[in-house]
Amino acid sequence: MIEKTYAGICVSCNEEGYLTDLSQWNRQIGTEIAKEEGIEMSDRHWEVVNYIQDQFKKEVPLTIRKIGKSGVVDIKEFYALFPEGPLKKASRISGIPKPVGCI
Amino acid sequence: MKHLLILGAGTSGTMMANHLRREISPEEWAITIVDKEETHYYQPGFLFVPFDIYKPKQVKKSIDKFIPKGVQLVREKIDRIDKDQNLVRLQNGREIAYDILIIATGTDIAPQEIEGMEGDHWHKDVFDFYTYTGSKNLRNKLKDWEGGKLVVHICEMPIKCPVAPLEFAFLADSFFIHKGMRDKVDITFVTPLDGAFTKPTASKELAYLLDEKNIHLVPNFNIERVDGEGKKIHDYGGKEVEYDLLVTVPTNMGDPMIERSGFGDDLNFVPTNKATLQTQVKENIFAIGDATNIPASKAGSVAHFEAEILTENILRYIRGEELKAHFDGHANCFIETGHGKALLIDFNYTHEPVTGSFPLPGVGPLRLLKETHMNHLGKLAFRWIYWNMLIKGKHIPLVSSEMSTAGKNYEEEAETSPTS
Repeated sequence: MIEKTYAGICVSCNEEGYLTDLSQWNRQIGTEIAKEEGIEMSDRHWEVVNYIQDQFKKEVPLTIRKIGKSGVVDIKEFYALFPEGPLKKASRISGIPKPVGCI
Repeated sequence: MKHLLILGAGTSGTMMANHLRREISPEEWAITIVDKEETHYYQPGFLFVPFDIYKPKQVKKSIDKFIPKGVQLVREKIDRIDKDQNLVRLQNGREIAYDILIIATGTDIAPQEIEGMEGDHWHKDVFDFYTYTGSKNLRNKLKDWEGGKLVVHICEMPIKCPVAPLEFAFLADSFFIHKGMRDKVDITFVTPLDGAFTKPTASKELAYLLDEKNIHLVPNFNIERVDGEGKKIHDYGGKEVEYDLLVTVPTNMGDPMIERSGFGDDLNFVPTNKATLQTQVKENIFAIGDATNIPASKAGSVAHFEAEILTENILRYIRGEELKAHFDGHANCFIETGHGKALLIDFNYTHEPVTGSFPLPGVGPLRLLKETHMNHLGKLAFRWIYWNMLIKGKHIPLVSSEMSTAGKNYEEEAETSPTS
């Protein structure tokens, strides 16, 4: 476990820079993590982040397909908003763990 | 007389029929199981068929061989569940009323979900190995394949037996070395995840495997379409990977019957409580195994542990007691790495796979997250255990449904991320 400071707040992260506790997250932290990923947040980005966090709280595993069918964004736009590895980047900005397999 | 109905006579359904017929009185409860298939496949064996390690006939037996006396087997396609009327409609028009329903209809590949995957090239140079036909056809292809670019590929998560594609790549390396043609085969592993290994300990312990076996990795690849003519797969981000032989794990989906019944998520998996295995559809409907949407691996070992817990909860439900919420997501899987070796992993919802000894803490004889010959023998022995113990609902000694942390090397606090 690593401690990092975003927007003046100290948060716990894993070695890959993903927050380990979503309750520590706020929009300013999300904005700063996005900057590290080279992304300037817009209203569309936040809509996707809200959806992702909502699904995470319901314990629904996230996939590109699920996001494409969410009604929030289609897959092309998801790629445009979070280029290269959108699910990974969007998860990190949303303060949730990256999608994983079983090993 | 009350009626308990099980849909699906695969691994989960057959286990439940065996458990429940022993546990509930035949005078009070009739049990029926419905499945259109005539054959019960040993699905872990599909991995070995393409490499001629198992013969096709070694992975199949008649379905009715494993249905216990006192359980009626109905061989018919299921049209839909009418949850409001508590009945199931079969395709021949027959209706079966139930007091308790268990959905065990599993998951199947859905190659039609990916543009261009089906077509003339299907089972010619684009193969699955998650079906009996796919693994058999791939075996025939590999017999006289002259080499080229072999791409082992996962379309999207979740998939049944999430480590199988990686095992396929490892076994392919071993197979072509033994054939004396490894230099003619270029193996690439393409995954939508960010690596072949995604959890901290496994990444650290196993990162050497791909390099050692000269397997190239293309991570974060979310397939958009297959160009069968140009022999390329394309992802949404504009990346493309060329193949001569594509071995893919297509999108996995639950039974279309779930969709026809008006519930299920976008992949037709049944919304289910991950600790009790009662569905969120209705209180007298339970689900088990690959058919559920719970964040556990879709694997026979998981279904085996679930079956012990679901049996207890069905008995509690019958007695009008509160259900016990104790399924912890326990999974226990052998991972073939080729050359007569295998890894073993044991994990659950909250504990990632780590090193250690299994099943006896400190003794073994199996080693977790390490390549050993003993683990490989364990995997081969598992076929006997499957046919003779597992699907008959017999308890496997020393391996409990709830995961034990004894004998395992945990460094940090347990993680809490859901697993797909």
